[in-house]
Amino acid sequence: MPIGVAALEAAIRKSLNCSHIEIEDTSSGCGENYAILLVSEDFEGKSTLVRHRWINQLLKDEIAQMHAFSQKTFTPAQYEAHLAKSA
Amino acid sequence: MFRTALRSTLHPQLLRHGSLRFLSNEARSRIQTAVSSTPVVLFMKGTPQHPQCGFSRAAIQVLGLHQVPVDRLATYNVLEDEELRSGIKEFSDWPTIPQLYLNGEFIGGCDILLSMHQSGELEKSLQQAGVYLESA
Repeated sequence: MPIGVAALEAAIRKSLNCSHIEIEDTSSGCGENYAILLVSEDFEGKSTLVRHRWINQLLKDEIAQMHAFSQKTFTPAQYEAHLAKSA
Repeated sequence: MFRTALRSTLHPQLLRHGSLRFLSNEARSRIQTAVSSTPVVLFMKGTPQHPQCGFSRAAIQVLGLHQVPVDRLATYNVLEDEELRSGIKEFSDWPTIPQLYLNGEFIGGCDILLSMHQSGELEKSLQQAGVYLESA
């Protein structure tokens, strides 16, 4: 069963205090490939590996049904720096 | 480039219950030997010459950019070994391929590798791991 953007976002928001979420369906509609970008103060003080493991765990059931999954995890300050750099 | 990733056969049942599968001691010790066999170890789909997934392609390209010497790099094609494919996910507690190990330590998947490459952290880690030291 394909996973929807709304279901993914709900699963994330349930456990993570996000100030910004981007979920991109990179599958051209089949619902099996997603790239997500998360901005959360909950990431503060955690390494990227720890953040990714956390999200992997949170979305365990969803990721198991996907073909491809990609994530970016920022703290609010890191996200601002990221935006400034890519602007 | 990620959009062009080739589709490979999916085993949803296997994946969904992947964490419930028991990783045999034999498989675990095989993987343990593999991750510590050489400083840089990449578990990927396909081979460095013929990556079979966009994420694996990106990972091997990044290692290529950093000119990791061939005798310090081992790659394992999980598509050729179903036990390894499911086993490495459990071993690393990581749901996706590729997976990078540096001196036996799990570093991360494609996203982490790319972001470490961009931040310069990968260069540092590879140097610290002694990847560029002349062999005695």
